[in-house]
Amino acid sequence: MKIDSSTAGNTLIVYLFGDIDHHNTELIKKYIHECIAPDIKNLVISLENVEFMDSSGIGMVLGRYKEMKEKMGTVALVGVKGNMERIYTLSGLYRIINNYSTTDEALKSIQDGVHNE
Amino acid sequence: MNKMEIRFDAVSQNEAFARLAVSGFLLYKNPGINDMEDIKMAVSEAVTNSIIHGYDGEGTVRIYCEIDKNSFMVTVEDFGKGIENIELARKPLYTSRPEEERSGMGFTIMEAFMDKLLVTSEKDKGTKITMYKELK
Repeated sequence: MKIDSSTAGNTLIVYLFGDIDHHNTELIKKYIHECIAPDIKNLVISLENVEFMDSSGIGMVLGRYKEMKEKMGTVALVGVKGNMERIYTLSGLYRIINNYSTTDEALKSIQDGVHNE
Repeated sequence: MNKMEIRFDAVSQNEAFARLAVSGFLLYKNPGINDMEDIKMAVSEAVTNSIIHGYDGEGTVRIYCEIDKNSFMVTVEDFGKGIENIELARKPLYTSRPEEERSGMGFTIMEAFMDKLLVTSEKDKGTKITMYKELK
């Protein structure tokens, strides 16, 4: 698991590489937590380079959603595909967190205020 | 009939190993990518359950697989605390650890990705999850 990040205005973009399971969700959570400066309101999680994610990842994303919601912000995902998409749908996560094909698209929708409530 | 059995420590770094060991065992059957990915997902969920809920301290997880023609069976077993209420544990979104950011989707995902799921559990004896899938 490798993690990178960048910021765009008040949005933190986190790029995940590798598999996401229970072993590394704590690590991802800690990383994101440390990157969230007081002015950050929104979070974009890029899964473009993630080949495997199980329900531990769903729990981690939901946790971040609650955290950003408290800051009156939102979370967007990028590159959810294959079986990740099936569990994303199965868990109902898609009803509260949008999935985009590129980070630019995700950023644009956040700027435009297009996100699920 | 071809069989495989592994035992490993119930620690989270072995979750990736468990997925890859089971998919590696299946490789010679040239299963479709979808079957392979479904099985990896289900095994990951079952093994994670054993690691999180099976033990408070150290423990062992056992995986046993069988392939008979195109029928695949995998058993994930722990020898820990057991599940007190299986019916409740299998409910979508139920988690016994709400403080831990668990989604409560483990059993729901195993059911959705495999053809059949059997759960047996006994208090302080452990939990055994057996899953079946016809390979396409």
